[in-house]
Amino acid sequence: MTELHLTNVSFSYPDGTKALENLTLSVASGERVAIVGQNGAGKTTAVKLMNGLLKPTEGTVLVGDWDTKNHTTAQVSRKVGYVFQNPDDQIFHNDVESEVRFGPKNMGFEPERVDALTTWAMKLCGISEFAEENPYNLPYSVRKFVTIASVLAMDSDIIILDEPTAGQDKIGLQVLGNLLRVLEEKQKSVITITHDMEFVTDYFTRIIVMANRQLVADDNAQKVFYNTEVLERSMLKPPAVAQMAKLLDFSPGILSKQQLIKAILAQRSL
Amino acid sequence: MTAMIDLKNVSYRYPVSDDSVLKNISFSIEKGKFTAIIGNNGSGKTTLCNTIRGFVPHFYKGDLDGEVIIDNTKITDYQLGQLGEKVGYVFQNPFIQVSGVKDNVFEEVAYGLENLGVPVEEIKVRVEEVLKLVKIEYLRDKNPFELSGGQRQRVALASIIVMDPEILVIDEPTSQLDPIGTQQIFEIIRLMKERGKTIVLVEHKMDLIAEYADDLLVMHKGELVMQGPVRDVLADPAFEKYQIQYPHVTEIALQLQKSGIPLSFLPIRDEELAEALNRTGVAVHD
Ligand SMILES: Nc1ncnc2c1ncn2[C@@H]1O[C@H](COP(=O)(O)OP(=O)(O)OP(=O)(O)O)[C@@H](O)[C@H]1O
Ligand SMILES: Nc1ncnc2c1ncn2[C@@H]1O[C@H](COP(=O)(O)OP(=O)(O)OP(=O)(O)O)[C@@H](O)[C@H]1O
Ligand SMILES: [Mg+2]
Ligand SMILES: [Mg+2]
Repeated sequence: MTELHLTNVSFSYPDGTKALENLTLSVASGERVAIVGQNGAGKTTAVKLMNGLLKPTEGTVLVGDWDTKNHTTAQVSRKVGYVFQNPDDQIFHNDVESEVRFGPKNMGFEPERVDALTTWAMKLCGISEFAEENPYNLPYSVRKFVTIASVLAMDSDIIILDEPTAGQDKIGLQVLGNLLRVLEEKQKSVITITHDMEFVTDYFTRIIVMANRQLVADDNAQKVFYNTEVLERSMLKPPAVAQMAKLLDFSPGILSKQQLIKAILAQRSL
Repeated sequence: MTAMIDLKNVSYRYPVSDDSVLKNISFSIEKGKFTAIIGNNGSGKTTLCNTIRGFVPHFYKGDLDGEVIIDNTKITDYQLGQLGEKVGYVFQNPFIQVSGVKDNVFEEVAYGLENLGVPVEEIKVRVEEVLKLVKIEYLRDKNPFELSGGQRQRVALASIIVMDPEILVIDEPTSQLDPIGTQQIFEIIRLMKERGKTIVLVEHKMDLIAEYADDLLVMHKGELVMQGPVRDVLADPAFEKYQIQYPHVTEIALQLQKSGIPLSFLPIRDEELAEALNRTGVAVHD
């Protein structure tokens, strides 16, 4: 059980780029949150601050009762697992299973627990069949799942996924959706950065929107995707369904395929 | 019409793979066409791109059977450098497409032209134009390794477009982009088409493919299972069994049809839905 609190956090990179301004947000333990928004808005920077890879220039980041400034990245990452946006930044073993096993082994878990976590994580990510393969001979999408499994196997309370939906097909997105459900049952907090608005609508109730170094909304899908100002500022488009509903003159609020189909069928039966 | 890219019975196996990754693939792409390669993860899309640009088998080794003909010349008759000038390739993973020898974005984008010995004045003009087109002028002084994912993806595309190749092979160029940015990239690809380029794009975003692309190549487990104009392929009932995402509007229309609502035609763009529903018509897709 670990809560996450960012209070008035700002961050500048060594080259002087101001990447984050005055970010305040909390994630309760066991909560599932999506972060969306403009390229370069500061999403990756924000989550790297959460797992201690970066330390705030101003403000505080609390992981449970730890201020990340007083702890090493290695310590913080036991509580907050981070799956990099670029899978190739993370992979360094010659076969998938060793890659996944490395984390829990390195944490010093009992051998049985290491085995169990490795098997569980590979299965949940749909990569068991590739256990012996060299990750670099696998397609991009599968390499991404290898890195997700490596982080899940560390069994941290908080898990951050940076663009897991990039390059995934329909089946890959279903694997991700299922993984979110399983992690919720295990009461893990999961923070997911994504540009896939359909995926966000299908799986998240809390959406954090970022643009221009700042948080511009922290709300549910209805509020976010029907707020034109928020959408424009953060370079977002609502899910395709909302656009269709608008073209068919339905009143605002429709976001999912089921809702739209129901609305069309209801109109027909009048 | 002349074929720009022509594959005849192409099969390919990586040195370490047990099975062929491309299986007896034949197709022909006319000059100036915008063709999208779609297919599920691991179906061989990237491998097919690497075949068109000659990296399979030159770089990856392994066994290639069949013929790959680019602009009426067999790929085996090209010098790899010559082919590189003709076929621009944008990597699937933008994080790896960085020269590593330039320390700002302007020079990074100029790098390819420098290698070709293009005069400095011309390089400046061309790079400025492309930075503007791809909307990365504001990044010109940044280190290419210190960019966000989406910014890197734009730089990767710019580095290839600036070379002005006749053929553009672009592997998932919008995977890290925000929704408006994604749309902008499709507009740029459309502009490249207007300039007469032949475009091969790998992409999962079907709504945009339906809006912009001319033709589809559908890959499934290493086989080219369907090909043709976008609308024809999507309207073919066989498409469904490959479990590839339809454009969202098409998916909704098909579900409505299953609920007993007749469609006058199968819509593939949002604005077609009303029309498809209003006319009572015959079932177009059982
Ligand atoms: N290592 C770095 N050094 C300097 N500036 C950086 C570095 N990494 C990122 N930046 C800059 O910080 C800003 C925020 O980047 P960040 O990676 O957090 O964005 P993002 O919201 O994750 O974007 P994307 O959706 O494109 O991945 C950008 O302007 C970027 O250019
Ligand atoms: N360098 C390599 N060595 C051996 N096998 C490889 C190599 N690269 C790819 N493969 C195999 O070839 C097959 C097709 O991979 P490819 O990357 O072409 O798929 P893709 O359709 O582009 O997938 P994605 O949607 O994930 O990008 C996969 O089974 C993959 O494991
Ligand atoms: Mg990012
Ligand atoms: Mg690929």
